[in-house]
Amino acid sequence: MPYKILEKFQIVPTIHQMTIEAPKIARKAKPGQFVILRIDETGERIPLTIADFDRDKGTVTTIFMEVGKTTKQLSIMNAGDSLQDFVGPLGNPSEIEPSEAVICVGGGVGVAPIYPIARAHKAIGNRVISIIGARSAQLLLWEDKMQEVSDELYITTDDGTKGHHGFVTDVLKKLLEGNEPVSKVISIGPAIMMRTVAGVTHPFGVKTIVSLNSIMVDGTGMCGSCRVLVGGETKFACVDGPEFNAHEVDFTLLMNRLMMYRDEEKNALENYQCEREGCQC
Amino acid sequence: MLERNDMLRQDPDKRRSNFDEVALGYSHEQALAEARRCIQCKKPSCVAGCPVGIDIPAFIQCMAEDDMDAAICELKSMNALPAICGRVCPQETQCEDVCVLGRKGEPVAIGRLERYAADHERKNIGPGAVERPAPTGRKVAVVGSGPAGLTAAAELARMGHSVTLFEALHKAGGVLVYGIPEFRLPKSIVQSEVEYVESLGVALQLDTVIGKLDTVDELLEEYDAVFLGTGAGLPVFMGIDGENLSGVYSANEFLTRVNLMKAYQFPGYDTPVKLGRKVVVVGGGNVAMDSARCAVRLGAEEVTIVYRRGEDEMPARKEEIENAKEEGVKFKLLSNPTRIQGNEANWVTQLECLNMELCEPDESGRCRPVPLEGSEHLMDVDVVIIAIGTSPNPLIPMTTKGLETSKWGTIIADEDGLSSREGVYGGGDVVTGAATVISAMGAGKTAAQAIDTYLKRKNTLSHDDVNLRAR
Ligand SMILES: Cc1cc2nc3c(=O)[nH]c(=O)nc-3n(C[C@H](O)[C@H](O)[C@H](O)COP(=O)(O)OP(=O)(O)OC[C@H]3O[C@@H](n4cnc5c(N)ncnc54)[C@H](O)[C@@H]3O)c2cc1C
Ligand SMILES: Cc1cc2nc3c(=O)[nH]c(=O)nc-3n(C[C@H](O)[C@H](O)[C@H](O)COP(=O)(O)OP(=O)(O)OC[C@H]3O[C@@H](n4cnc5c(N)ncnc54)[C@H](O)[C@@H]3O)c2cc1C
Ligand code: SF4
Ligand code: SF4
Ligand code: FES
Repeated sequence: MPYKILEKFQIVPTIHQMTIEAPKIARKAKPGQFVILRIDETGERIPLTIADFDRDKGTVTTIFMEVGKTTKQLSIMNAGDSLQDFVGPLGNPSEIEPSEAVICVGGGVGVAPIYPIARAHKAIGNRVISIIGARSAQLLLWEDKMQEVSDELYITTDDGTKGHHGFVTDVLKKLLEGNEPVSKVISIGPAIMMRTVAGVTHPFGVKTIVSLNSIMVDGTGMCGSCRVLVGGETKFACVDGPEFNAHEVDFTLLMNRLMMYRDEEKNALENYQCEREGCQC
Repeated sequence: MLERNDMLRQDPDKRRSNFDEVALGYSHEQALAEARRCIQCKKPSCVAGCPVGIDIPAFIQCMAEDDMDAAICELKSMNALPAICGRVCPQETQCEDVCVLGRKGEPVAIGRLERYAADHERKNIGPGAVERPAPTGRKVAVVGSGPAGLTAAAELARMGHSVTLFEALHKAGGVLVYGIPEFRLPKSIVQSEVEYVESLGVALQLDTVIGKLDTVDELLEEYDAVFLGTGAGLPVFMGIDGENLSGVYSANEFLTRVNLMKAYQFPGYDTPVKLGRKVVVVGGGNVAMDSARCAVRLGAEEVTIVYRRGEDEMPARKEEIENAKEEGVKFKLLSNPTRIQGNEANWVTQLECLNMELCEPDESGRCRPVPLEGSEHLMDVDVVIIAIGTSPNPLIPMTTKGLETSKWGTIIADEDGLSSREGVYGGGDVVTGAATVISAMGAGKTAAQAIDTYLKRKNTLSHDDVNLRAR
C-alpha cells in the first residue's frame, strides 16, 4: 500500500517538511503521537513525530532532519513519490487539560513536534509560553507557526544570530524564577537538551514532560528495542510513551542506547553516498 | 520393518554461513518409499495426535499410490498451510509420537510427507482455480495475520463472508515472517500461503495497528464480528541487573531485525544488527534455538545457549536442537543468569550465571531447577539474547471495554473462541499464551466455524435480540 508524498520541501538547511496522504491516520492523530515509515523494500523502519495533521484533507505532516542514510534518502524524494509504509498514529497522545500556563520548549527539529502540543493547549484556552531554539538563526524553524499558537514566544540561538544568545534553558530558568504560576513544562529536542531542561525545572518542582526518541523497530511493543528506564522501571517508549516524566528518566542510558549502532549507521551512510555520488574510496 | 527415510540436509559447515533452508526435503522416490512404510492402521492412532485432525492414513495412501494431487486435496481439506506445518510442527510430540510404528521402531515421517506433498503442489501444480461461494453479505474483521488469523480469514472467506485482515507490520505472516528464520521456513513459502488466502477474496490491510488506528469497538460498527489473532508478541525480560545495556536483545528484537528486516543482508537492507563475537542466548525453546542459529550465521565466533534445566526438559523441537549442535552452538545447561555487566560505554561485557540442580517435578511436570549456592561465575559476552518467553500485547485489551483477560494477559475465550464480548472471538497465542503454529491454526478454524454460526443466527434474530449471546 503506497503512501503518496503530497508536498515536500526544505524548510531550513538539512531540515525538511513532508506531507503524506494518509486519511485514516489523519483522522485519528493526536498531538504527541508519531508514525513509523519505511521508504521501500530494503528500507529501515524509522519513527517521526506527527508535526501536523489535517483531518479534512486527510494529510499528515512530518518534519525531519538529515542525520543518516534513511533521512538523507528521504530528503531527495519529491511530491508525487511514494513511501511503501506509513504506520500510525503510534504512542500515547499528550495530556492536554485546562491548567495554568504551560511552557513549551522545542530545540532544533524538536520545534516541529512541540507545535501541535502548543496548539492544542492554546485551543482549550491555556496560556502558552514557548521557547524555541536552534544552533543558528538560519536553522530555526516554524517561528511563525509557533507565534500563532503562543501567548509569549522566546527565541534562542547558540551563536547569538537571533534572539537570546545561549540555550533554551537559560530563558526557561528566568521564566520559572518569575512570578507566574506554571503548571507544566513540555520539552522536545535532542536528548542532551531534554536532560538539561529536566535539571533546570527539578528544583522548582514543576511537572516536566519530555518525548523520548529511543531507537525503534516495530513501534507496537513487540521488540523492546525502545526500552528506557523511567523511575527505575523499564518502559517501552513506543507504547508506554513516548512522553514521560522528565524527572524520572535515565537520560544517560537513553543517550548510550542511541549510540548502539553508530558504526553500522556510519557504514550505511558511506555506502549510500558512494552509490549516489560515485565512489571515491 | 523398513527404516525411516532420512531427509537430506545442507552440510553443517556450509550452512553455518548462509540463510538457505537447512532441510532439503525428500526426493520423489524417498517420499513414495516413506509413504509405503505406513501400514494403514484400521484405527489410526496418529490422527488423534494432530491438533487439526488430518486424515493421516488417507493422505499417505494417496502418496503411496503416487497421486500427489489427491494427497494435497486431502491435506488441504483439514489444513490450509501444509507446507508450513510439514516444516515447523513439533511432530515428535504430536502425530508422530503416537504412530504405531514408533512403538518398535521409528514412526512414519508424517511431517516430511506433508511437506513433500505441499512442495510438490507449489512446484508442479500451482494453486488451482479458487471457488468463491455466494456472498453472505456479512463482514468480518480478522486482526493479526499469523497462523491463527490467516486460517480464520481463509475459512470465513470460504464460507462466503467478506473478510478484511488487519496486520500491524508491513508483512503478513506473524511469527512465520518475523520470528522463524528463513533457513527453517523460507519466506517465499509464507508469501505464497498469504497469496492463497488473498486469492480467496480476503482483503489484506497491512500497516494497521488495531487499538491505535481503529479500536475493536470501532471495527464492530462496520463489521458483524471480529476475530483477534494478535499472538503473544510482548517480550518478557528476566528483571536482572544490566538488561538494558547495549548489546542485550529480546529474542523478538534480534529475530525481527534479522528475519523481517533482513539485517543479515545489511547494508543491502538498511536495518542493522550487532554481530557479536561471543553471543549468549538465554532460554531453551524454539525461539532460543532460532536466535542462536541466526547468530552463528551472522558470523559469531562462539554461541552458547544458557538454559536453567537439562536437555530433556528443553521445549524446542528435537530436530532443531540437533541442528543447532551440528552448527556448533554450545549448550550450557543447568545454568541461570543472575546479572549482566557492562563497560563505561554501557556495552555488555560479562554475564554472571549460577549453576542449578534439578529437584522433584513441579506442577508443570518438569523438574524444578534449584540454584546451587555459591556457584556464581562469569562468562565473557558481547551480545546477550533473552529468549525466555513472551506474553500477549496489551494494546487491544486496554482499548476494548469489557474484554476480559487472565492474569497472564491472555484473552479469556470459551472452547469456540468466544470472548467476554459479543461478536468478538479470539484464538492462537493471544488466548493460549505462546504455543504452536498448528494449535493457532486449529483455534482459527474453530473460531471461524463459531463465527459462521453466530452470523447465521444473527441473521435470523430481530434487532432487539442481538444482545443475546450466540451459543
Ligand atoms: C518517537 C520518535 C519520534 C521522532 N521524531 C522525529 C522527528 O519528528 N523528526 C526527526 O528528524 N527525527 C525524529 N526522530 C528521530 C528519527 O527517527 C531518527 O533521526 C531516524 O531514525 C534516523 O534514521 P537515519 O537512517 O537517517 O539515521 P541513522 O544513521 O540510522 O541514525 C542516526 C541516529 O538516529 C537515531 N536512530 C537510528 N535509527 C533509529 C530508529 N529506527 N528509531 C529511532 N531512532 C533511530 C540514532 O540515535 C542514530 O544515532 C524520532 C524518534 C523517535 C523514537
Ligand atoms: C522464534 C519462534 C520460533 C517458533 N518456532 C515454532 C516451531 O518450530 N513450531 C511451532 O509449532 N511453533 C513455533 N513457534 C510458535 C508459533 O510461531 C506461534 O505459536 C504461532 O505463530 C502463533 O500464531 P498466532 O497466529 O496466534 O500469532 P502470531 O504468529 O504471533 O501473529 C500475530 C500477528 O498479529 C499482529 N498483531 C498483533 N497486535 C496487533 C494489533 N493490535 N493490530 C494488528 N495486528 C496485530 C502481529 O503483528 C502478528 O503479525 C515459534 C515462535 C517463535 C517466536
Ligand atoms: S499438521 Fe502437524 S501434527 Fe498434524 S499431521 Fe501435519 S505435521 Fe502432524
Ligand atoms: S499410526 Fe502410523 S502407521 Fe498407522 S496409519 Fe498412522 S501413520 Fe500410518
Ligand atoms: S519499538 Fe519495538 S517495542 Fe517499542
